[in-house]
Amino acid sequence: MSGTFVGMPAFPKAAHQAVGNATLRANLRHATHTIRDKRAKAVAELDDWARLREAGKQIKDHTLRHLDHYLVRLEETVTAAGGTVHWAADADEANRIVTGLVKDTGEAEVVKVKSMATQEIGLNEALEAAGIRAYETDLAELIVQLGKDRPSHILVPAIHRNRGEIRDIFAREMGSWGRPAPEHLTDAPAELAEAARLHLREKFLRAKVGVSGANFMVAETGTLVVVESEGNGRMCLTLPETLISVVGIEKIVPTWRDLEVFLQTLPRSSTAERMNPYTSTWTGTTDGDGPQTFHLVLLDNGRTDTLADDVGRQALRCIRCSACLNVCPVYERAGGHAYGSVYPGPIGAILSPQLRGTASEIDASLPYASSLCGACYEVCPVAIDIPEVLVHLRERVVQGGEFTRHGAKVTLKPAQGHAAERAAMRAAGMVFARPGLLRAGQRLAARTRRVHPRTLPGPGRAWSATRDLPKVPGESFRDWWQRTRGGRDDGGQGQQHGKKTGSGA
Amino acid sequence: MSSRDIILGRVRRALGDAAGRTPEPYEEYEAAVDRGYLREHGARTTEQTVDLLAENLADYRAIVHRTDGEELPLLLMRLLAESGAQNILVPPALPPWWLAAADPVRIHDRAASTPAQLDKADAVVTGCAVAIAETGTLVLDGSPDQGRRRITLIPDHHICVVRVPDQVVSSVPQALERLDPARPLTWISGPSATSDIELDRVEGVHGPRTLEVVLVTGAD
Repeated sequence: MSGTFVGMPAFPKAAHQAVGNATLRANLRHATHTIRDKRAKAVAELDDWARLREAGKQIKDHTLRHLDHYLVRLEETVTAAGGTVHWAADADEANRIVTGLVKDTGEAEVVKVKSMATQEIGLNEALEAAGIRAYETDLAELIVQLGKDRPSHILVPAIHRNRGEIRDIFAREMGSWGRPAPEHLTDAPAELAEAARLHLREKFLRAKVGVSGANFMVAETGTLVVVESEGNGRMCLTLPETLISVVGIEKIVPTWRDLEVFLQTLPRSSTAERMNPYTSTWTGTTDGDGPQTFHLVLLDNGRTDTLADDVGRQALRCIRCSACLNVCPVYERAGGHAYGSVYPGPIGAILSPQLRGTASEIDASLPYASSLCGACYEVCPVAIDIPEVLVHLRERVVQGGEFTRHGAKVTLKPAQGHAAERAAMRAAGMVFARPGLLRAGQRLAARTRRVHPRTLPGPGRAWSATRDLPKVPGESFRDWWQRTRGGRDDGGQGQQHGKKTGSGA
Repeated sequence: MSSRDIILGRVRRALGDAAGRTPEPYEEYEAAVDRGYLREHGARTTEQTVDLLAENLADYRAIVHRTDGEELPLLLMRLLAESGAQNILVPPALPPWWLAAADPVRIHDRAASTPAQLDKADAVVTGCAVAIAETGTLVLDGSPDQGRRRITLIPDHHICVVRVPDQVVSSVPQALERLDPARPLTWISGPSATSDIELDRVEGVHGPRTLEVVLVTGAD
């Protein structure tokens, strides 16, 4: 994945800067809280939510287990329906293919539907380098593009901007990209939407090439699905003569029927709607309706490496709804930019280090960008156990070991920065395995509790700088249990180390 | 080695043969997914299903009208007159009697028409393929009474006639059963909208900003 933002510092450093930005925090808090409550309501309308969630998980797991078969099947059905299928092993190859296809049309501009895959591979920059201008047409993507900014949310890339900032960007920048913003533009959302409508209209009407991603690809029928709100997707998918769709290989579902699960769970999870305003489905090309040339670029770019990891592969179930971002206490405070990837939030913290590897400082730090509270798992419509994968990736970073990179097995060395942690864990492991040693240690600790420091020495200092060290009790649980026979000789009263007795005895 | 072979090879290595994979996954596909979720949510009479459709359409800011076959031409005439439409786009095989009383000039969508030419139309009148009550969704499938996808996209005002109760289903699973994936489909739930400014829904971006739905009985 070429999407590492250049020179990106590790998550803690980037997050530290972000939490100091009061406007950003207010914008994020407002937006995430609004959508959280709405999502809960939209989900509560469906009595069978848990079963839909489980079915979505099973469909994706089954597909991933037979991904080779379904990819070949999809290639057959798309080709039979009049499309051309291309395979791209990495970002550079995908960019080369798309650039070549656009050049073949003789056009120097394309209109784009919001797509995570093309963001991930940096397609706009690659096209720009080849003298082709890519116009983002999703409102939030437009805000990001005009503001020379970076996306900070999967669904709403400009979530870090409030209406006032958006007004200023439109008023300042629209003129240099095409039709200027109306004079006296205010920050009313309806006026801002109108400004985008007017600005993009001429581009849609003259566009000859459209570039999209897809939310789903149906192997059995060769059908692609794009779910959207504004109608910019419909414009790009139907008005141009040529359509190029760049889609990750994990976006396949086996059958048409499988959409009955995801078209119920995706809109409610992402925008908290019963249904999003527009969904387009197309199968190859249709005589006399829409683009007469259709190219599908199937993108690997680290996905097969992710598939090779038994625990981590569940990240490939993701349908990019962004519910996990909206509930995440870390995302809400740090914002999307701190994650240094087009995939921010909890899903980004497990996806980016797998797609890109953990060699860079930012990627090695992402598995730690979480308090492991589990809210993300709770809301995930395909039941990705994000905390489980986070812990798994932390282990990979700390312990090293074997994993797959660019299709080949490599052995990762343990990370240097975690030497003290590893030593502490090794010591803990040894002590816990020897009860006598543990008891002696606990008694020693209890007897010396008056002289314990408030902060840890050496490498532990940074940890205890922002945390209170736990107080060591005067008597260990094991000693208390032996002395009182599990509380029976204690008259049912509490005991000396402040824990409640009873329930487990 | 082609990238196709590289990717498929990586997938096969990633999965291994030990994962209990069968060469024909469709055999285990049926058993792999528990379809115990509901085919529809709640039990309703046909009439209640149509009411729910009207309610959910209105909830997402579509303007809903109800009429019968006899009154339909007059209603369409009135809606077009009130909107001030001068030119309207019509699909190739819209029942002619629907617009028998309407005044605006009809623009026919020809294959050679450019999007810029179609941009002159003020409104479009179409039928639909299926309507989904639980989600307030209209699905168009490009049949002759609905036309090419672009004609319901470029004009700012879309009037969609739904034949009730025949074209109405309760749920998304029921709708998919009725639809043909080989046709290009457009699912419409309310007028064009965006949640991109502070995650709050605002109507009116690129698609028709006014969506009127006519639920008509006895229009066959």
